[in-house]
Amino acid sequence: MSQLFQEAIIVSILAATVRIVTPLLFSALGELITQRAGIWNMGVEGTMLTGAFAAYLAATATGSLWLAVLAAVLAGALMGAVIAFMTSLMRVDHFIAGLGLNLLAGGLTLYWFQSYIQGRAQPTFSGFQNVAIPLLSDIPLLGPVLFSQRALTYVALLAVPAVWFLLYRTRYGLELRCLGENPKALDVKGLSVTARQFAAVMLGSAMTGLGGGFLMLGFSDRFLADFTAGRGWIVVVALIAGNWRPRGVLIAVTAFAFLESLATHLQVIGAQVPHQLLLALPYLASIALLMGLRFRTGQPARLGVPYARE
Amino acid sequence: MSTALRVEGLTKRFAGVTANDNVDFDLRPGEIHCLFGENGAGKSTLSSCIFGFYRPDKGQIFVRDKPVHIASPIDAIRHGIGMVHQHFVLVPEFTVLENIIVGTQRSGWRLNAQQARQKLKAICDGYGIDIDLDAYVWELPVGRQQWVEILKALYLDAEILILDEPTAVLTPGESRILFDIIRKMCARGLSIILITHKLVEVMQSDRVTVLRKGKVVATLNTPETSPDELARLMVGREVSFTVTKPDLQPGETVVAVDGLTARGHWGEAVLKDVSFSVARHEILGIAGVAGNGQKELFEVLCGVRKPEAGTIRLKGEDVAGLTPRCLMDRGVGHIPDDRFREGLVPEFSVAENLVLGWQRSPKYCNGPLIDSKAIAELSREMIAEYQIATRDEKVAAGKLSGGNAQKIIIAREFLHASGLMLANQPTRGLDVGVIEYVQAQLLKKRAEGFAIVLASEELSDLFNLADRIAVMFKGEIMGIVDPKTTTISEVGVMMAGRREGVAAPKERTLA
Repeated sequence: MSQLFQEAIIVSILAATVRIVTPLLFSALGELITQRAGIWNMGVEGTMLTGAFAAYLAATATGSLWLAVLAAVLAGALMGAVIAFMTSLMRVDHFIAGLGLNLLAGGLTLYWFQSYIQGRAQPTFSGFQNVAIPLLSDIPLLGPVLFSQRALTYVALLAVPAVWFLLYRTRYGLELRCLGENPKALDVKGLSVTARQFAAVMLGSAMTGLGGGFLMLGFSDRFLADFTAGRGWIVVVALIAGNWRPRGVLIAVTAFAFLESLATHLQVIGAQVPHQLLLALPYLASIALLMGLRFRTGQPARLGVPYARE
Repeated sequence: MSTALRVEGLTKRFAGVTANDNVDFDLRPGEIHCLFGENGAGKSTLSSCIFGFYRPDKGQIFVRDKPVHIASPIDAIRHGIGMVHQHFVLVPEFTVLENIIVGTQRSGWRLNAQQARQKLKAICDGYGIDIDLDAYVWELPVGRQQWVEILKALYLDAEILILDEPTAVLTPGESRILFDIIRKMCARGLSIILITHKLVEVMQSDRVTVLRKGKVVATLNTPETSPDELARLMVGREVSFTVTKPDLQPGETVVAVDGLTARGHWGEAVLKDVSFSVARHEILGIAGVAGNGQKELFEVLCGVRKPEAGTIRLKGEDVAGLTPRCLMDRGVGHIPDDRFREGLVPEFSVAENLVLGWQRSPKYCNGPLIDSKAIAELSREMIAEYQIATRDEKVAAGKLSGGNAQKIIIAREFLHASGLMLANQPTRGLDVGVIEYVQAQLLKKRAEGFAIVLASEELSDLFNLADRIAVMFKGEIMGIVDPKTTTISEVGVMMAGRREGVAAPKERTLA
């Protein structure tokens, strides 16, 4: 265990944390936008999976990683449109809509994957490599942890203040938060609640899809069934743990990523802990969190409540 | 004469029900015009059509004598129509300023708060409205929240303002301030449509249009009419507003509450050192603006909420902290304020609701089996006795009107209780006819020897019915007064947090 405290290991754990947090961060910020607009989208897992699969298809078919990123974003937006159609327009129960979407995404990606490879050896691609930022990456400790990462990791980190700015400093953000708190306040001013919820959910889900896409392009070279392995659910927990605030969500997903990174490293070092238990750490932590967090002061007042003029 | 707004032949139907039937209405510039009528008379439907929330099936709306087509609130706003909704449409988590400007900016992506701030300052100064634009709405008392609603309309340059039951949640003092502001708005040329079912408010208007069952019954100049005439027009028959309450000598004390203290869900104090007693043949009124601990008081008294300290002596026995079942067995009845959520199971039949909570009683059971015959028999008796308008006892309670649903609860509670009745807002939202009936029932039970605790937000009800009135503010009792020697405005001042005995204005009006 003492190896844990060597500098190289610490740097490695932290660097891996930042890498692992990237897809969670994209997806969580996307879900933050969605939920602040009042839609409790439980389809994060399915949206991430679809984004990951779209990225895989595009990467192996075109060989371009950036086209693959675009594919993930578009796939996410499409899933968002489906969720918005069901929840905002048809007023389906938000949980049921999301769970349905997850089932659909799981089945459809697998089916499409099978018909794509048609029994031949699965095509692979080589994913994103680290892009060291000159000068900054030479800073001891901070350099390798923060400034020697994949390009999209930088984007994800910058997305935190960007989303904060969108929500709290623009008129779109004010209207978006109003959707989650009291959509009628927009309706009585003659503005369409549904149109705005569509826009918010599609934008949010595009980011969620991007998170899934990065999971594929930054960590893997191939697609597997259940590729996202419950990360979408961790994102949902992170929203609650982060009290629906950008900074809170950042802290929550970072904590999850750190646990996952720690678990991987403990395994590599050969710590005398069953590795199944280590791998379960982030999930156990999320259960513990959900039980402990009973005060949800930041939860949008009309989150998950379909809007209708009475 | 030119009009600010005119409605001709407006008809609106909902699934076979005609909410507005060929309604004609006109609003003169600078006047206060009341829309007066019972629940379901079509007042809110008419205003929602004018504001573009509903599309009328027939009819034409004119603004400043020009025909207009209002398909959405955005059209209404464009024509200078503003609306203050009965249930405020505010975001508590936003500041006053954010609530006013959200959705009003049409260009630019950054919030342009500075311009809005200046415009609002000018409006506030003009009307003498003193409000902190950067306060969060949840920090504001209800009366101020309503100012925010009014500012929202004025900020959008409303010239015609619809106020839907604006005083429903206000103290008498807040209502008086509201009417001052309304009169200032009229003086500046705004035209006001005031929706209400309170006669005292109608009498302050210039003209009044009475609606009944979707139709206009009459449009009158207010100074030329009288409350009696208006009430008769609204209900369609003579109504007696003076409840005859016989003087009764209070008997022995039924319940004595001493030092009752309780906390809410978040650990905040909701009841602080509440003490009172009620005797046989006595009605204790509980006055207060909604949310000042009345609901929690009733919850503690009927056993749903556990008190933190204090005693409740029921016929001498301390029952504080006992379960609702134990209290029911000791003769405590409870008419909760939310009849369809706490008083009834809407999906259950009238018969099932009449024995709800007493289903274990041997009267209604044969061993483990429900004795449906006995229950049906009893239900038919109750339906007849309490004049519950229902096809039979098998109809789901949720299908009945609010008034008939309330009669089920009253029938059940008075059938099973003996001694103490807790009635929280028993007449809220009911029509005049049913209110008369409920009040008569309460007085009848008082004569029979019940001790009754009655909460109401209508002070006139309490003055009519109660033998003594306890005024609650923020979980405390500000004082217990005798309605015979106290004025409504004195009680109003106590509702706003002033203790008994402090000098108060003497006029006996509501606003």
